[in-house]
Amino acid sequence: MAAEIHAAQPESHATTLGVSNEKLGMWVFIGSECLFFGAMIATYLLYVGRANDGPTPRTIFDIPFTSVSTFILLMSSLGMVLALAAVQAGDMRRFRVWILATALLGGTFLSGQFYEFTVFVAEGMKLETSPFTSAFFMLTSFHGLHVAIGILMLVSLWAASMGGRITEQRSEVVENVGLYWHFVDIVWILIFTVIYLIPVG
Amino acid sequence: MTAIAGKQRTRPQPRRIYARPVATTGFWSWFTTIDHKRIGILYGVTATTFFVIGGIEALLIRTQLVAPNGQILDENLYNQIFTMHGLTMIFFAVMPLSSAFFNYLLPLMIGAKDVAFPRLNAFSYWVFLASGLFLYSSIFFSGMPDGGWFNYAPLNFFGPDPGGLHSGSTQAAAQIHQARMLYYSLGLQIAGIASLASAVNFIVTILNMRAPGMTLMRMPVFVWMTFVTSFLLLFAMPVIAIALWQLMLQVRYGAPFFDPGAGGDPILWQHMFWLFGHPEVYILILPAFGIVSEIIPTFARKPIFGYAAMVFAGIAIGFLGWGVWAHHMFTVGLGPVANTAFSLTTMLIAVPTGVKIFNWIGTLWGGHLRFRTPMLFAIGLVGMFTIGGLSGVTHAVVPHDTQQQDTYYIVAHFHYVLFGGAIFGLFGGLYYWWPKIFGWMLDDRIGKVHFWLMLIGFNLAFGPMHILGLHGMPRRIWRYDAGMGWDLWNLVSTIGAFVIAASIVIFFANVAISRSRRIEAGNDPWDARTLEWLTTSPPPADNFKEVPVVASRDELWHRKYAGEDGTQPVRVPAGAAQNHDDHDDHDGHGEHHPLPSYYPTITALGMPIAAYGMFFEGPGQIILLTIGAAVMLFGIFGWVFEPSAE
Amino acid sequence: MRSCPREGSGEAPRVVRGLSRWAAVGGLAVLLAACARSGDGMIPQNALDPAGPIARAQDRLWDIVFPVAVVVFILVQGLIIVAVVRFRDRGESQPPKQVHGNTRLEVVWTIIPTLILIGIAIPTVDTIFRLSAPAVPDALRVRVIGKQYWWQFEYMNAGTGAPIRTASELHIPTGREVFIELDGQSKDDGADVIHSFWVPRLAGKQDYVPGHMRTMRIQADNPGTYPGQCAEFCGLSHADMRFAVVAHTPAEFDQWLADQSRAATQPTTDRTRQGFELVAGQGCLGCHTIEGHPQNAGARVGPDLTHFAKQEKFAGYTYPQTNENLKQWIRNPQSLKMGAQMPDWGGGSPLSEQQLDALVAYLQSLR
Repeated sequence: MAAEIHAAQPESHATTLGVSNEKLGMWVFIGSECLFFGAMIATYLLYVGRANDGPTPRTIFDIPFTSVSTFILLMSSLGMVLALAAVQAGDMRRFRVWILATALLGGTFLSGQFYEFTVFVAEGMKLETSPFTSAFFMLTSFHGLHVAIGILMLVSLWAASMGGRITEQRSEVVENVGLYWHFVDIVWILIFTVIYLIPVG
Repeated sequence: MTAIAGKQRTRPQPRRIYARPVATTGFWSWFTTIDHKRIGILYGVTATTFFVIGGIEALLIRTQLVAPNGQILDENLYNQIFTMHGLTMIFFAVMPLSSAFFNYLLPLMIGAKDVAFPRLNAFSYWVFLASGLFLYSSIFFSGMPDGGWFNYAPLNFFGPDPGGLHSGSTQAAAQIHQARMLYYSLGLQIAGIASLASAVNFIVTILNMRAPGMTLMRMPVFVWMTFVTSFLLLFAMPVIAIALWQLMLQVRYGAPFFDPGAGGDPILWQHMFWLFGHPEVYILILPAFGIVSEIIPTFARKPIFGYAAMVFAGIAIGFLGWGVWAHHMFTVGLGPVANTAFSLTTMLIAVPTGVKIFNWIGTLWGGHLRFRTPMLFAIGLVGMFTIGGLSGVTHAVVPHDTQQQDTYYIVAHFHYVLFGGAIFGLFGGLYYWWPKIFGWMLDDRIGKVHFWLMLIGFNLAFGPMHILGLHGMPRRIWRYDAGMGWDLWNLVSTIGAFVIAASIVIFFANVAISRSRRIEAGNDPWDARTLEWLTTSPPPADNFKEVPVVASRDELWHRKYAGEDGTQPVRVPAGAAQNHDDHDDHDGHGEHHPLPSYYPTITALGMPIAAYGMFFEGPGQIILLTIGAAVMLFGIFGWVFEPSAE
Repeated sequence: MRSCPREGSGEAPRVVRGLSRWAAVGGLAVLLAACARSGDGMIPQNALDPAGPIARAQDRLWDIVFPVAVVVFILVQGLIIVAVVRFRDRGESQPPKQVHGNTRLEVVWTIIPTLILIGIAIPTVDTIFRLSAPAVPDALRVRVIGKQYWWQFEYMNAGTGAPIRTASELHIPTGREVFIELDGQSKDDGADVIHSFWVPRLAGKQDYVPGHMRTMRIQADNPGTYPGQCAEFCGLSHADMRFAVVAHTPAEFDQWLADQSRAATQPTTDRTRQGFELVAGQGCLGCHTIEGHPQNAGARVGPDLTHFAKQEKFAGYTYPQTNENLKQWIRNPQSLKMGAQMPDWGGGSPLSEQQLDALVAYLQSLR
């Protein structure tokens, strides 16, 4: 039986497992997100070959372009790690720099996706063109929505820090947002592999 | 609020647009409450209301089918009514009624002051209410969804009148159908968010907020069932969410997910739906299993027989429940190999389920059985669920299931497990925990009349359906011809339905009469075994004056009775030396009393607003979506920046 | 702590015992009624009364699993009743022995059900595979299309000349396997939604799934009419998407085939001649086929009407072919079958009573 362990943050309660409720909650939520994206990836795998004489992965994807935006999203995770390190070291200014950088890199990724989609549409690939395109757009759009929500959270963290609400002692929220951000990044790596690389390769 | 001397406020004063609500009593306090007990009551009242609505829908169905070629409802209305009956009972009656019990009891049973995220808890309730109101608002517009609760493709995008011959034109038919499908998909999406939030909340609560000494294997079986159910919700809701999004994109924007004419596969919908749908039925029954696992030991005056087996059987059902989904698809043509595999897994899942039945009987065996109303309902569940479980085993026999599937035999099966199982269990729970929640007793004699009438009506209503199905009556038909040999049993079934209705009226009469009599309950009117009976009836705002320290399973029982396991215990005189040391929660930590909040309610409101936007095009859509999103964002930001306790 | 009110001894158990006795009697009566085998058509879709080898093979599994279920039912309910009677509270002062479990017993009651289920599984799996074997060489092959809200049948290897197509009535020879292809992939006969083909006395059901090809088999031992209906919810008139399998002796079936292969009866009276003209003028042939009519276009949107009058019922085997029913159907199909895909007046202009009579007279001449 775990003894009452005081969590690192003074305002949080003692918990049975020793992890804060918020952090545990984020992990549990991420568990459900796995099924959320899993169902969409499964649908894509079923429909990747059904292109209805329309665009196929081979004809429409621009792997170099998407590789660059993937790299940018990966770098944003690095930014997140650095932001967390900064806040845990008490360096608020460095924290704000890196959290904004993370948000900016995420925003760049999203812009890249938006551009990519406009190119696809111009080339005759719309949501309703085929099961392949439907599955593709649904999956990548939901992922993009998750990135957008993440950016909102990152910018909010920046604003909260500006208002003095985030300190070295009260920094777990940064860790929890980081958990979410890294998860969204990992999902993208999976998407990039399963949706882009493998069908084309 | 306890002030800790010397503790500085390190955070800046939050800026507020309006003052934070502080009231915990009065009418308006119900809108801002974050107290799990009051949220539980809100769930209970709302779910009971929807149960009555669903029951009226059932009576309409049964009245239409009382005789051949009924004229009470036409095809269009009938299809809406049976669809809404299923949706209402599953999503707006049984699930939230279970949630009412989770909400009220979970913290009490594990010795906690509240759930892990009280405002998220409130949010779940308001979202649930919003989803029910949203779905039912369809009555005033396009009419209610009419494709069945399972809403198979291609019908779900094709519509029942593609030629527009009934509606007047293809455009009119398409518009009506699209609108009904939007109510269906968006309504369930919103409801799903409520369930998902609750699941996260309960899992974290159970893992992280147990009283000192409450190991996992000392938790009441009800808490374990809550735990397993929450994991099922956590993983099943995302799958149906995806299916519903796909349906919405298909219906609204023509994305060919399920359209075989455009390369899609209608079977994909069935797989996704039942991957959710089968765990869903365990979500519906496990809470009731948990409830009777608390009631029977109390009224048998001995512990649950085989606690570990009960826990592990529940976990096994949770796992195995993911491997049986295609037994809803035995006639779809998946092929002999797939059909065999799912036949075997379906038979397998009968084993842990049977174990539970035997363990309940083992609990009765050798006890001193007191047949108060909760106990009657609990024993009723054991008996009736057995029947439903047995018919379930016959479904696993695939070649014969091709005769049973889509007939009234199936309707009989799931009503035996969902009504004879879940509803009986939930009513048992109502009678059992009513004194704890409200502080006064429900009349036991009236309760018994309710039980017997309900038992008789239930068996009259659903027993004959086994026969009707085997005699060739399919499901979901608005009428049937004379000369099919179905007349007698349909008549009996309808009579049974009205007997059930009478028993529900008696229940409400019981509530009214008992309330006027107000017989005080006291802390522990049943001489029970678990922690919630340690505190007052009703409990104080933070549940326990002193946080209990737990030394064993059935902690309360062991404080009242001493003796070796396997022997007859002796009553410990009140006030005698106890070997527990409950303590005040003043150990230098700071009291955190979560305060009421507007924000969860506001955030929940944004969802139906955005959902209504999907019915429009152009500026109307953008405006509604924007307003809905703005309301949600405002609610979320207010919530995040508002401290949970002050 | 409040003391618990004691249960009045003796009262509840007598009631319980009495009620349980009546419940047992009632339950037995219901069971017996359920097992009723009726050979006189009183329950025309009785799955418990198989009339062919497929349904019999499926019913045999029921004959295994149902008695097992009854035994388990009696055992479990019996144990409950015994426990409830024997262990009722008699006002003891001390609680009973706090037994926590019995591992050996729990293992036994886990293993025994598993063994029983294995016993049920073996014949089940065997039957699954036997019933999914390919068609026998001399099977009659029929292609089935399900539409909102009627069934189309097409004989793939019977008769000569034009393929024989019927609606709502599937005629088969006795004693011969009829191998059915539920063709959801047809491009000519547009598939709409999922339906399910079910004629209970001959076989369990199989879904008709747009986009997929499914197969099943039926076979009848004796001549007769075996009703069935769609068993997968398909929209407004799902309840009225009925059909019948009509089994003939092989000789009679050959005769039926020969009759079906003939072209439509020519009109011989003024009235039927008027109807013959109306059927073209109203646009009926835009959806329906009448073999031998000069304006026949082979349209398959609606049922084939070449031998329409030989059928007992129409509109998805729902309404008897009376003058009144037929006239009402042509006037306003929606009034008889909501959601029917046939427009008022067949899509043509409204007809006078006299014209309607002529049209119906012509249709009723198509034997």
